[in-house]
Amino acid sequence: MSAPSPAPGSPAAVEVVIQPGCGWLRVPWRELWEYRDLFWQFVRRDFSTKYRQTLLGPAWFVLQPLMMTAIFTVVFGRLAKLPTDNVPPMLFYLCGLVSWTYFAQSFPAVAGTFTSNAHLFGKIYFPRLTVPLSVIAGNLAAWGLQLVTFAAAWGYFRVFTDFGQHALMGALPALGLLLIAQLQIMVLALGVGLLLAAATGKYRDLQHVLPVLVQVWFYVTPVVYPLSMISREARWWWVATLNPMTAPVEAIKAALVGGTSWTPGLALGAWATTLVILFIGLAAFSRAERTVVDVA
Amino acid sequence: MSQPIIDVQNLSKRYRLGRIGATTLRDDMARVWSRLRGRAPSSDTGDFWALRDVSFSVQPGEVLGVIGRNGAGKSTLLKVLSRITEPTGGRAILRGRVASLLEVGTGFHPDLTGRENVFLNGAILGMKRHEVAARFDEIVAFSEISKFIDTPVKHYSSGMRVRLAFAVAAHLDSEVLIVDEVLAVGDHTFQQKCMGKMENLTGGGRTILLVSHQLPVIQTLCTRCLYLEEGRVKATGETAKLVSLYYESGEDVATRYQNPLKPDQVGVTHACLQTTAPNGGHPFTAPLTLCVDVQGWDRLTKPALAYQFKLDGSAGVLHGWVDENMFETVSGNHIRLTASFPKLRLLPGNYTLSLHLSAEGGRQKLEQLNNVLGLTVAAAPPQGYAQAWRTANGTYVEDVVWTATPL
Repeated sequence: MSAPSPAPGSPAAVEVVIQPGCGWLRVPWRELWEYRDLFWQFVRRDFSTKYRQTLLGPAWFVLQPLMMTAIFTVVFGRLAKLPTDNVPPMLFYLCGLVSWTYFAQSFPAVAGTFTSNAHLFGKIYFPRLTVPLSVIAGNLAAWGLQLVTFAAAWGYFRVFTDFGQHALMGALPALGLLLIAQLQIMVLALGVGLLLAAATGKYRDLQHVLPVLVQVWFYVTPVVYPLSMISREARWWWVATLNPMTAPVEAIKAALVGGTSWTPGLALGAWATTLVILFIGLAAFSRAERTVVDVA
Repeated sequence: MSQPIIDVQNLSKRYRLGRIGATTLRDDMARVWSRLRGRAPSSDTGDFWALRDVSFSVQPGEVLGVIGRNGAGKSTLLKVLSRITEPTGGRAILRGRVASLLEVGTGFHPDLTGRENVFLNGAILGMKRHEVAARFDEIVAFSEISKFIDTPVKHYSSGMRVRLAFAVAAHLDSEVLIVDEVLAVGDHTFQQKCMGKMENLTGGGRTILLVSHQLPVIQTLCTRCLYLEEGRVKATGETAKLVSLYYESGEDVATRYQNPLKPDQVGVTHACLQTTAPNGGHPFTAPLTLCVDVQGWDRLTKPALAYQFKLDGSAGVLHGWVDENMFETVSGNHIRLTASFPKLRLLPGNYTLSLHLSAEGGRQKLEQLNNVLGLTVAAAPPQGYAQAWRTANGTYVEDVVWTATPL
């Protein structure tokens, strides 16, 4: 929509030209940097309002995955008897949750950017990407707390059971793998979220598809079952490899609990898909942000 | 003359009504389907040009007022210049940091405290954190809510919220300020304070673009005006000239009110203002007649009809009432009350008339017709004098006799 914004404090150093936009992709890097204070304000606001006036506060970030793990252990472990790749079930499911929850919460939140900020966007200008970025960054806090919970459980199993006597990665490579996998999840959540934000900004009824999408994606990704469960011959193998969430989830499992299905090839494919989705998401978002206010 | 700080060239904005993309997916599919069948979709109402070829420029330090009727495109112009929505054609060049005030309290979150909201709102308006921190004490002092600054905003009254929001906005530091009607908030004392602050802002060499329906405010603050009509620039120039042009354009003032009632009902059935001029300006200090037809007057105990003239529909300037003691007893269910003002002393401006019908000496309120009639008082500036009658200077003119004596 316009050229870079003027630098603060320098009178009329830079011009801003407002005109009908051309081009299909525009990331206002300079403006995003200038509005970084706003970015932090949004992160702070989302974090404080999430647990203000709740009974247990941030403890929910720990309790919720523990409760879900218990449910999964009973339903998928005992009742459905799904394999867990020789990993203690509780640890297996907790690891899966840690890797999945961030994604499942972040991309719908980003997708709701236009609908939940319609009022704000209609009254004031700031680079709209600030909001999705603050969601992606903000949710890391919860992720961090869940990781700490996992570390406690991991420590317990390490000390009191024979888990991990063999086939666990060294600490440093594991950390590296974990961080790169999480980075890919963040980029994917952003890309998918932006794409959906553009779609739901224009067609409000698509919002109703989101919960279904999250559920389907959950079952298609090897969160509560190991990838090794799908034999290479079955046609579901292709779905699993096309799904860009498969690789990072398996990578996290490999890093944390010694899962064996991760390969670098899988990871490269996932990164390629993720970057393509990010590109398309950014393009759709920058087109949508120009005129979504008009139909809000 | 230096470069204009705002340079607008042929700016246009079109809204597509009823077209694909304006509604839900289901509606769009229905539209595509009916198009395929060769039938024009029923609700395709076409394009609406909110702005059409608008061009003007603003020099640094100028205070430009944007006036026009409702729907003329003033808010759309501000939205485009604030980069909230994209123009369809033309362009605008901004050569300074721009802060927009289209609403106070944008982004206030009810669960956060006043302090946190000041920082949040400041960041949303474009201030850096250290800027807000440096001005924090001033902001709190201006808003007069220092006692409650650490309570969640959801516990604030609406007045407190507005004061805090305006306090943040008033301390914005930018070369250009775009303001839309935010001055119409708060109680009278606070409004005076805001006006004072706005005047300080204008004195500080800052460029301001102001949209307001309160013409007295425009007349006080703005050096130049831009008059928009139906998306186009009707005129630009000196404030005084444009404001008279605006008055003369004769807004569709309602001079007649009708509300036929059933025979057993009580209320006002008809009201009208009779001026000596046709729909348009009532000549300054000319006589005015108000007729109000009331049904059921004789059935009421201590009935009264109160009237109030309001300037621009907001501030009351003339008030009075009539009760049964003020005229000779008349019988009948349906009567006409006529008020003759031999000389209407109201200064030129747009006024609205409200009528309130009550009984029991005002205790029982029967009917409240707010801003039901309109009146425009117009006056030509006296020949050869620069001073014109301005509603910004007072509300009415009083009869006065001057004499001069040598000392």
